[in-house]
Amino acid sequence: MVQEHDITIVGGGLNGPALALAAAKAGFRVAVIDAEPLETRADPGFDGRAYALALASCRLLDALGLWPALAEHAQPMLEIKVTDGRAGEGPSPWMLHFDHAEVGEGPMGHMVEDRYLRHAFLDAMAAEERITHLSGETVVAQDVTAQDAGPRAITLHLASGKEVHGRLLVGCDGRGSGTARRAGISRTAWGYGQTAIVCAVEHELPHHGIAHQFFMPHGPLAILPLTGNRCSIVWSEHDADAARIIALDDAGFLDALRPAFGSFLGEIALAGARFSYPLGLTLANSFVAPRVALVGDAAHGMHPIAGQGLNAGLRDVAALAQVLTEARQRGEDIGNAAVLGRYQQWRRFDTATLALATDTFNRLFSNDNPALRKLRDIGMGAIGAVPALRRGFVREAAGLTGDLPALMR
Amino acid sequence: MTANTTIDPAEIAKFEAMAAEWWDLEGKFKPLHMLNPCRLDYITGQIAGEFGRDLSAEKPFDGLRLLDIGCGGGLLCEPMARLGATVVGADAAPRNIPVAQLHAEQSGLEIDYRVTTAEDMAAKGEKFDVVLNMEVVEHVSDPLAYLTACHDLLNTGGLHICSTINRNPKSYVMAIFGAEVVMRWLPKGTHDWAKFITPDELYDLLRRAGLDPVDRKGMQFNPLGWNWRLSSRDLSVNYVTASIRRD
Repeated sequence: MVQEHDITIVGGGLNGPALALAAAKAGFRVAVIDAEPLETRADPGFDGRAYALALASCRLLDALGLWPALAEHAQPMLEIKVTDGRAGEGPSPWMLHFDHAEVGEGPMGHMVEDRYLRHAFLDAMAAEERITHLSGETVVAQDVTAQDAGPRAITLHLASGKEVHGRLLVGCDGRGSGTARRAGISRTAWGYGQTAIVCAVEHELPHHGIAHQFFMPHGPLAILPLTGNRCSIVWSEHDADAARIIALDDAGFLDALRPAFGSFLGEIALAGARFSYPLGLTLANSFVAPRVALVGDAAHGMHPIAGQGLNAGLRDVAALAQVLTEARQRGEDIGNAAVLGRYQQWRRFDTATLALATDTFNRLFSNDNPALRKLRDIGMGAIGAVPALRRGFVREAAGLTGDLPALMR
Repeated sequence: MTANTTIDPAEIAKFEAMAAEWWDLEGKFKPLHMLNPCRLDYITGQIAGEFGRDLSAEKPFDGLRLLDIGCGGGLLCEPMARLGATVVGADAAPRNIPVAQLHAEQSGLEIDYRVTTAEDMAAKGEKFDVVLNMEVVEHVSDPLAYLTACHDLLNTGGLHICSTINRNPKSYVMAIFGAEVVMRWLPKGTHDWAKFITPDELYDLLRRAGLDPVDRKGMQFNPLGWNWRLSSRDLSVNYVTASIRRD
């Protein structure tokens, strides 16, 4: 079986389908190769995972036609409170408070559960005739003929024996991107010795759309509002402690969580499964290779400290879609080094800066050094006292800074 | 090739020496590759506007017959063919043509490349909907005769697009001293400043050739983004014009 497309996308998570939809809307024929079987993607159960979508990301999903299906399941983030805390001691007197009203463009973002996002993408892809969605398929080899601009410049050999052809190959296949490896793109990576524990909790009292970030000595704890009286938790701990916490039963896990979580939302209970992810930074040393582009974690995996991983990925999607659409309307070869160079120029500096900023924040906050504690308290106090700085942070959190792609404006 | 031509033989020799590296992005033609998106934005916009085409369509230029004079390695012919136009690429330098043909084949594109001149094609009565004349007019010995041939090659209502370099102290500094001497973007001697043409002179020449100039824009180098962009105000160095054949 032979299939020809303009763009072949490897990875069916969130960035892959988003790029497929953006490209198909611009007139490209797209194939999405997803290692996960369709049944796994379509599973309607809530597994505890959720994403903080910055305002700019919500705009992209709206431009792709997904937002109407997501809106009723989305929890607006109206405020963010940042506290430098120490387990059992409660928050320090220094607290940063960001309110969306200071920017006046609506909520800073929305929390959306993974299950709704997955479904919205599957439905939208199924409805788009220019997209071929190949589920449960893995790539075993990729042949790239850089000189050839024809529809068979790229050949992907799948484990099932199928061949998929295209003019451009995009790797949306995550931190361990096989697309990048097969294209000979090396990576710069280091681990943090931290593990993120992710789960959802139910609580007694309403959260009022407020997201909390506590900086604990072992790593940050984010409490992000979901619809109803539920929150999504991203809890970073040293690897050994995390392993111990993950091994606890549900009651023991909640007992471990309570001192850090505090009592401001009343009694808490688990709502869904628990997940854990080793934390590290991984940057592809190039975002492009001949006829190949990398998007999202395949290009830049970063610390979840600012909740920017998916948002940065969606910004790659919007930028690449714009670069490719403009190239197509000019009649340029979309896999051409000049075209891909524009994407890399647009995104590489931004994402590397963001990844290193999350790295610095994590190092600055994930410790109990009294001098650093004092320093960050002063810094937070200063940011909190200056409205212009506060507004800058809110715009940054909403993803509205820098050179925004058209799909996010 | 020598009989009926306005091309200065010394100019052809200069380009022949440069022909093999046409498609190398980092090679000798890097400045042209850098300028190309900006030129293509102008060309595609003008064609879409003049012939009522939607650029987001599959093959927006389907059914249009287009001639690119001084096609070189095919940097403009290939995009035009990809957009659906029936393309003839003409170049007076014989060595450019096989380079262009080979590349079009690799790109899976059908383009009719010919070693010929505007004057020869006009004499044979060839007709086109669009004639492209990019970075060529400053290299010909008799611009009026050349532009008249371009006029003759157009159908009534046809579109002529012509880009060149202004003649003023700034263009001398930018195009000759900057691009050829300092940046080494172009081999020394690529341009002869005295042959550069001001926008008003070009409008005058176009009118005398029987064309109706309808638009002109500057192409401005942006050192921050290291790219080129169209400008309605700054025509001080590189600029491009659009004209229509009414008769």
